[in-house]
Amino acid sequence: MDMSTTTAGISFDAAGLERFIETRGEPAAVSQARREAWAAFEAMEWPDRRQEDWIRTDLRLFHLDRFQLGASGEQVPSDASVLSTGVDLGGQVRSIDGHGVAATLDPALAAKGVIYLPLEQAVVEHPELVAKYFQQQAFDVGRDRFAALHAAFWTGGAFLYVPRGVVVERPLHLLSGISGGCDLSHTLVVLEPGAEATVLAEYLSPTLEASGLHCGGIELLVGAGAHLRFVNLQDWGRNVWHFAHQKAVVDRDASLQWTIGAMGARLAKVNQHVELVGPGANCQVNGVMFTEGRQHLAYHTLQHHAAPSCRSDFLYKAALQDQSRTVWQGMIKVDQGAQKTDGYQRNDNLLLSEQARADSIPGLEIEADDVRCTHGSTSGRVDEELIFYARSRGFTRREAIRAIVIGFFQQVFDRITIESVREALGESIARRVREFH
Amino acid sequence: MTDVLEIRDLHVSVEGTEILRGVNLTLKRGETHALMGPNGSGKSTLGLVIMGHPGYEVTSGDMLLNGESLLELGPDERARRGLFLAFQRPVAIPGVRLADFLRHATTNVRSPERKEGEELMPMREFRAELREKMGELKMDTEFARRYVNDGFSGGEMKRAEILQLAMLQPKFAVLDETDSGLDADAVRLASRSIADIGREKMGLLIITHHDKLLEHNPPDFTHVILGGRIVETGGVELAQELHSRGYERIRREHPDANEANRSMEEAESGQAIGSA
Repeated sequence: MDMSTTTAGISFDAAGLERFIETRGEPAAVSQARREAWAAFEAMEWPDRRQEDWIRTDLRLFHLDRFQLGASGEQVPSDASVLSTGVDLGGQVRSIDGHGVAATLDPALAAKGVIYLPLEQAVVEHPELVAKYFQQQAFDVGRDRFAALHAAFWTGGAFLYVPRGVVVERPLHLLSGISGGCDLSHTLVVLEPGAEATVLAEYLSPTLEASGLHCGGIELLVGAGAHLRFVNLQDWGRNVWHFAHQKAVVDRDASLQWTIGAMGARLAKVNQHVELVGPGANCQVNGVMFTEGRQHLAYHTLQHHAAPSCRSDFLYKAALQDQSRTVWQGMIKVDQGAQKTDGYQRNDNLLLSEQARADSIPGLEIEADDVRCTHGSTSGRVDEELIFYARSRGFTRREAIRAIVIGFFQQVFDRITIESVREALGESIARRVREFH
Repeated sequence: MTDVLEIRDLHVSVEGTEILRGVNLTLKRGETHALMGPNGSGKSTLGLVIMGHPGYEVTSGDMLLNGESLLELGPDERARRGLFLAFQRPVAIPGVRLADFLRHATTNVRSPERKEGEELMPMREFRAELREKMGELKMDTEFARRYVNDGFSGGEMKRAEILQLAMLQPKFAVLDETDSGLDADAVRLASRSIADIGREKMGLLIITHHDKLLEHNPPDFTHVILGGRIVETGGVELAQELHSRGYERIRREHPDANEANRSMEEAESGQAIGSA
């Protein structure tokens, strides 16, 4: 596939979609799915604040017609990655503004049947394999306008396929950059039964002030007995709009450890959904959020127990600086047949200024009778007595605040089994924490 | 020249209520002073004010370290000049390991000019020293992996304070009821530990109710504080008298201070100030 294909100046409308499709060289079925998604987009309205999911998130300043596909500006420097620093990678896929710019994979893995490619390349080179999974189980095109827009115009992202029983030891890295344009990347991870892999995915901008639009999708399909560790660090520039639908389907005796670092974007609205579909499936989600300025980050999580004897454990921690705001709305849904469910969700927020605000809305929807589901949330400010204690031991005020903030996140860091990720998250947060009075 | 900590006619208020009403005290490095007094007398306040707790307002008077006023210095600057407070009620810092906390603290206190972000003392060197100090205090090294004061028993907190004292090697230390919450054996160990750290190297101000701590660390001076003022100063025999007979004579001989103390006790029970 020609990586240099340009889509500059394509607007998000019916004519734009046809021009876009012309540049793609995709199988007809893929193009047809795009057209159907666009029809779904046109049949819906933008969400507004009368809808329960959107009461706390104001979209009035978002105007899709101000964005075009492929308006590529600066490059994201390749050394900007924090997740891959010092990590011996098994492969890497990079894309900028939705254009694949590099893809590598250890030949030994390729020889075992592992596929790791930009998704746009995979749909051309492995059409049947991709079609079997792409937007089948873990993406709902009709969910809202952002899902439909994504399904119509997706570009960039990656396809990872790990065949039955194959263990990918070294982490695979996925870097998506926005440099003033749009990233509608779609990431599809398929682990066949008994497979294992670790994916480090990060979203980066070239500068802190960078603008742009991310309207993305993530699908994680974890087959029976498979083990996936998926790390997603969102560190866009402070003027990027971020909309995402992310879903994992975890089968019998499989496990998923999903770690999220959310630090960038001006406004982020993320739907994160884990569906446990086979007995003994296990999912741990570790969420780390740090916001500042006027950032608004909203996470809606759903842990859906569709099979018995599954375990889900969601822990989200957020620290908020300046006038920033977070919304966390979590739901544990347990189907009637999902007996012996063990579900846990928790959200703790640390407010670092008088103006910051964190909304935390846990929820349970349980139809089985033999389950254990617990949830909780806390919000509070940094205790001045802790700061005094640390200062009395020689810490400056700022060092004291930093130590307390990092300590606040330690409980979630302790759960993350990848050392480089723990360090990257800790350092990214420590860099941002400022002194306050 | 011997280091000197001087407190001169110190008046301190919290939210408009005067708690210290003209405290005078001169502490030389190498001396041990006992500070005793009934509840509400201002003992703990003095310790917190020496360390620079932001909740207390110094309305007049001064505190000087070798002639330099401490009043404009933050708690961290005071720590870096060699002051230390063993807290009566230390606070927990969840998620921060005691070892990491102490490495940072030790680096800052020993390198007062260190800027934020500059290197901490080498890990190997720090660990060796920490292991040695914990050995002397008969503490399990696993203890240092726990989060600062988080879930510690009362006794563990006090031992952690002594460990910090041992690592930071201050010029002057205020020990605020470092013996409370400890059983007799633990008090003996704590007392010996303080003596081992080197009483002769520090100026110690020991706030205590317990005679054991003073038995192992006999004070050169004993001060009695009542109603926010030091009303009597004597030698070790004064501490012994207070232990055996209580504060009746003091209260009787200083009726004004006793009256002030009564109203401060009432105010203290009404609001919890400086819970640290």
